[in-house]
Amino acid sequence: MKDILIMILSTFGALFILSSSIGLLRKPDIFLRISVTGKASTLGIGLILVSTALFFNNYSVTTRVVAIILFLFITISIGGHLLARAAYIIKTPIWKGTKIDDLAGQYDDVTHELYSEKHHSSIKPDPSDNI
Amino acid sequence: MSLQDYLNWVIIPILGLSVILVFIRFLKGPSLPDRIIALDMLILISICIIAIYSIQTNQSTFLDIALLFALIAFLSTAAYSFYLEQRERK
Repeated sequence: MKDILIMILSTFGALFILSSSIGLLRKPDIFLRISVTGKASTLGIGLILVSTALFFNNYSVTTRVVAIILFLFITISIGGHLLARAAYIIKTPIWKGTKIDDLAGQYDDVTHELYSEKHHSSIKPDPSDNI
Repeated sequence: MSLQDYLNWVIIPILGLSVILVFIRFLKGPSLPDRIIALDMLILISICIIAIYSIQTNQSTFLDIALLFALIAFLSTAAYSFYLEQRERK
């Protein structure tokens, strides 16, 4: 019974990892690739680690697995956000099919600060600047 | 089919195939952020392989290495993106 549960969980985890890597290979744009790896790989790694915790079935392993899963849930999203921000600032080419780019002209070129209405900002974005 | 055979013949080949696909993106990657996200993904898949390997060898000590790899993945992504952003600043 426990073996069948471990088989099911690890199969779903491996399939999610496979789909996220196929998406990483096939998507046309860096931002879409970051989006794919952020979600599917988090779920896949979580399922495989839960199957490991089910196999060992004691407190020390379960604590480590919960620590790894919580850490990954926090850090994969933060790392994806940091990388997407850096990729937008250094002007990585966007996919041709992108309809609208709400961030166009909102970043200061020198200080890399985002424009804000409430605080004093050095830039004044043009509303007609969107693609 | 026992659990060991299943892990050996189904799960590990799927994970190996995904490592190959991500490595193709790592080699092709037109821009530097593509390579960084592929490197991050390689480390994350290696965490999965370590978890499966610790089931196969029945030793839970390998999970410490998985925790270490999770730390390294976040640190490398954060440091790469920080310096990538600083490089453009004159």
